[in-house]
Amino acid sequence: MKKEIIYLGILAAFLAAFPWFAGPYALSIATLILYLAYTGQAWNVMMGFAGQLSLGHSLYVGVGAYVAGGLFFHFGLGPWAGLWAAMAACVAFGLAIGFLAFRFGISGVYFALLTIAFAEFTRIGFDHLQWTNGPGGMFLRVAQRDHWDLLNFRGPPFMYYYAMLFLATAAFLACAFLLRTKAGFYWQAIRENEEAAQALGINTFRWKMLAVAISAAMTSVSGVFFAFYYNNLFPHEIFSMGRSIELILGPVIGGVGTLFGPILGAAALTLLSDGITEALAWLGVEIPGIKQVFYGLVLLAVVTFLPNGIWPFIKKQMKL
Amino acid sequence: MNGLLQVQNISKSFRGLKAVSDASFEIPEGSIHALIGPNGAGKTTIFNMIAGVFPPDAGRIVFLNREIQGLRPDQVCAAGIGRTFQIVKPFAGLSVLENVMVGALLRESSAAAARKLSLEILETFRLAPKQGLPASSLTLPERKRLEVARALATRPRLLLLDEVMAGLRPTECDQMVEVFRELNRAAGTTILLIEHVMRAVMALARHIGVLHHGEVIARGSPQEIVRDPKVLECYLGEETEI
Repeated sequence: MKKEIIYLGILAAFLAAFPWFAGPYALSIATLILYLAYTGQAWNVMMGFAGQLSLGHSLYVGVGAYVAGGLFFHFGLGPWAGLWAAMAACVAFGLAIGFLAFRFGISGVYFALLTIAFAEFTRIGFDHLQWTNGPGGMFLRVAQRDHWDLLNFRGPPFMYYYAMLFLATAAFLACAFLLRTKAGFYWQAIRENEEAAQALGINTFRWKMLAVAISAAMTSVSGVFFAFYYNNLFPHEIFSMGRSIELILGPVIGGVGTLFGPILGAAALTLLSDGITEALAWLGVEIPGIKQVFYGLVLLAVVTFLPNGIWPFIKKQMKL
Repeated sequence: MNGLLQVQNISKSFRGLKAVSDASFEIPEGSIHALIGPNGAGKTTIFNMIAGVFPPDAGRIVFLNREIQGLRPDQVCAAGIGRTFQIVKPFAGLSVLENVMVGALLRESSAAAARKLSLEILETFRLAPKQGLPASSLTLPERKRLEVARALATRPRLLLLDEVMAGLRPTECDQMVEVFRELNRAAGTTILLIEHVMRAVMALARHIGVLHHGEVIARGSPQEIVRDPKVLECYLGEETEI
């Protein structure tokens, strides 16, 4: 226990000091890692804890981004207010999907298909929504990079980094807390064996709905961040299946259901992806698609040799 | 007529096949009751109807003067009926202690209180030394004990045991019998068991119901049951004159 706290302290100090010695490129990579770690943590509540596989989490990122972005674009409403509207919208979406699935006993891969379907038809819906300029995309006003406007979440890159660091840390602590509560125990029981869980007095419908609501609410915040960090939103991009997969690769590679999995997975994958790009540029190799091939091979190796993810392996090696 | 559980004329068919037909019995508070019968007699079907897995096609199930047929399994459990599964269903990825804590959290509001109760129960079932191990690492007899421990953690008034002795060695079986006797005596928990292992049934049950082809063909004390010609017939075949 003591060893863990020391390691965590070192990690926290490193992350807090990072912007002082990192260049703009490294800072943007670190921000991306934290973004993926946070969103992975949110997805993990549903899949890792409660065992409900969502392959359409881009839905919540997209809805969160569009609601907060749209309110800002049309009414000048800042993200701090828009956040709550985004959250409410995402929870409503999540509960609607959850109700349809759990009430009618849809589970496993069929539930996953339902989540894809919802993400897809929401994408098509936004493609035809004039309010957000349809497929042409919505562009938020970009401020000067060194101009501070906290009320509208505008500032230099390190502000976004710290915002994401705060979110990732808060999500980590919240998940660690949740796992110790009744909800955490009940979710894991449902994940392991739903029939047995129900026989022990657990209203599985209600607890699964809670997991979906929390996961959707957390993911909506990723969406709001996305909107105000990248400032442009396209339905085919933000709602895409690829996005959903990208979000879940972190926790899957890092370790589903673990607290460190999403963080470790996000870091490993992002660094790997950029590392391969750098290495190929250094070697002067320019073959189209070669990066994807390498990336795929490494993922294949991880899945083959560490089927439970990287974190359980490291945990064992470090005897934590 | 004021039993803890009253099963009144329940029937259940699966695609035209009558699994249980017009079965009735009553379990007084504090007793140990066994339901026996050959394979396919409808024992587990009756169990599942009591536990809320599916509702009976007809009839009533009254528990604590309240009709419970048609309730969901979690509602039945909350009403005070704990059950085990014939094929054990441990939460494999969770530790032994966590498995029991999931059950304990039904009546305990905090994880700390649930942990305390669970540790006491694990002690009773001689699983305390294994509390930190994942449930997947337990042997079958241990898993059977965990199954019962978990159900007991929900603090049931009535405990339904679905063939918990199957696959146990005679000494292990005797130890289980002792645990149930003690539980019944000290906590007053009423027990309904389905069992093939006659050694356990004879040692435990004060009252036995015999099912055959979905019908209750005999009821009585263990001594009466073993002499009942109808019971002998369904187990050993019809007596023939030579």
